[in-house]
Amino acid sequence: MKTKRPVNLDIGTIKLPITSYVSILHRVSGVVLFFAVALMLWVLDASLASEQSFQSLKECFSSPVAQVIIWAVLAALAYHVIAGVRHLIMDFGIGEESFESGRRSAWLVVAVAVIVIASISGWVFLW
Amino acid sequence: MVKSVTSLGHSGLSNWLLQRVSALVMTAYLIFMVGYFIVNPNPSFEQWVNLHSALAMRIFSLLTILSIAAHAWIGLWCVLTDYITVRLIGPKATPIRMFLQLAMIALILFYVIWAIDILWGI
Repeated sequence: MKTKRPVNLDIGTIKLPITSYVSILHRVSGVVLFFAVALMLWVLDASLASEQSFQSLKECFSSPVAQVIIWAVLAALAYHVIAGVRHLIMDFGIGEESFESGRRSAWLVVAVAVIVIASISGWVFLW
Repeated sequence: MVKSVTSLGHSGLSNWLLQRVSALVMTAYLIFMVGYFIVNPNPSFEQWVNLHSALAMRIFSLLTILSIAAHAWIGLWCVLTDYITVRLIGPKATPIRMFLQLAMIALILFYVIWAIDILWGI
């Protein structure tokens, strides 16, 4: 087998459809969430360790830096779950009959994610 | 059939199923937690400890961290085998990928042990 075969699909030179962006963002948010598990476990640990650590965690949550981190983790989680539900629905054979239906459901993921992340923003920063 | 030593399941199909089952467990946990905070937005320390020290909740949390472990293992394995390749990175890609996969597995095990320590240390 030739080792230097030409590569047909050079992603960098191809204009990608919306389905690709939805898929790549699913991967990126998944990698982000993998590292966020450390933060979530740290929060769970501090929230359950003692009354004192529970209260200082609450104080910590009111700082702007903590709020931005919480927002980022929740936004990544929301996006990952919404894009994941699309995969689960497709596993049942719904919406995978044509490229057009895949494109539509990808846009639907973007729309639902924007609405949910907007609500998360309101909850984290305004409430 | 192509075998990989760093893959979690014994076949692509078992990984596929495990990825879906773990996704459902984590989604159930997420829905439960969102529901809990809608009903009780500002729980006291006592309420929070009571929730997490109940055996059913400990088992639910344990199933969730095990789902996170399996889901992350399969998902990151896919990402690493797609991008840390000889074509994209160069001839050192294979040792780099091996290192990253082992580091990933170590971090996953650390998460699981940490979670068990938290849940059964309440």
